Amino acid sequence: MKRSCLLAILFASTVALPSAHAATEADYKAAYAAAEAASKEAAGMRNQWTVTVSALAAARKAADGGDFDRAIAAAKEAEALAKASIFQATTEKEAWKAMEIR
Amino acid sequence: MKARLSLLLGSLGAALVAFALAAPRVVAADKVDPAADAKAFQNFFFQKFPNVKHEDFVNGPYSMNEDMKRQWQEKEEFPPYEFALDAGKEMFATPFKNGKTYADCFPNGGIGIRQNYPYFDTKEGKVVTLELALNRCREANGEAPYSYVKDEMASLTAYMAFTSRGKPMDIKIPDDPRALAAFENGKRYFYTRRGQMNFSCASCHVQSPGERIRAEILAPALGILNAMPIYRSEWSGMGTTSRRFVTCNSQTRAVPLEPQSDEYRDVEYFLSYVANGLPISGPGARP
Ligand code: HEC
Repeated sequence: MKRSCLLAILFASTVALPSAHAATEADYKAAYAAAEAASKEAAGMRNQWTVTVSALAAARKAADGGDFDRAIAAAKEAEALAKASIFQATTEKEAWKAMEIR
Repeated sequence: MKARLSLLLGSLGAALVAFALAAPRVVAADKVDPAADAKAFQNFFFQKFPNVKHEDFVNGPYSMNEDMKRQWQEKEEFPPYEFALDAGKEMFATPFKNGKTYADCFPNGGIGIRQNYPYFDTKEGKVVTLELALNRCREANGEAPYSYVKDEMASLTAYMAFTSRGKPMDIKIPDDPRALAAFENGKRYFYTRRGQMNFSCASCHVQSPGERIRAEILAPALGILNAMPIYRSEWSGMGTTSRRFVTCNSQTRAVPLEPQSDEYRDVEYFLSYVANGLPISGPGARP
């Protein structure tokens, strides 16, 4: 009785886990797509940051290993970094003149 | 100053503060005037470092630090770039498979002409650097181009610089709107903040020359290309101008551009032009 109960729990958890993963994988994919789009925009402005590229790679690696929590966190970080680089490139279109030796 | 720089380098927080403070300043007339720019650029450094002889600025970090300069002068008796120089001289004289040589591609057989590079090619409408011209010479003669960041290119440019030592930088900006645009674009690239550190080339080489960044002393932007290519112990080898640009971009956590991209060509044009009159000192050696 005790034993079968344990087995039932184990069984339930193996069934439950993949479905929990499936939900987070979709979240990851959405987070990654958003990060990738922002990073492409930054690259198009010739202002990609190395840390964005690393964060994207870390997201992919975590996802490959099935750790979608970490993957999503890395993807969100990548998106934030890419957006900061876009903001920087946009601001610098005029702001660079402030530094010029005249 | 030293503390400020390392603080900025070390902390993203500080970089973000600098970011927020970099409010755009409105500049009224934006006429491109390279001659006036060069004059202002040189005056800035002459005034900031009144004890540095003008022709000394071309020696990068050594112009900023007496101790370092002494050590370097001792080293110059057995310069670490000698190997590259010999290799470059031999490569330069060795005919391509079609029997022609590099000398056939350049004015004056390529000897004593370093000070005229980069130049603005009015046919192409773009800046042509020495590294680019060397690879174009190879390709025109059926040879594969060299990597812009590796030894062969550094050896060739080392030799060409050596034959031009002491000649004043002499970059021309033809009366062509595209040439003025290239100069302006190079200037913009030089002053534009990039990378997670939010640094422009000027943050380091205008605002902080002579200061230490990790183990290195920052070179002043004036004459910063006159000593290229350079031997660096850190690289345990030679580095081209392309390699240096790539390294400097990475240091600020910016993804470097492709060697000989338009931006790199233009910033080389800008930095070389504002160094007009200062002697070629390449190849250089750095600790
Ligand atoms: C974070 C600071 C930093 C920034 C920003 C930076 N550099 Fe540098 N740069 C260095 C350091 C450190 C060295 C090696 C020490 C030295 O020679 O100044 C160096 C060396 C150089 C040299 C060789 C100078 C010599 O005499 O050895 C060149 C040329 C150069 N940088 C160009 C650039 C350009 C162009 C940019 C902008 C794209 C740039 N740097 C941005 C830190 C920086």
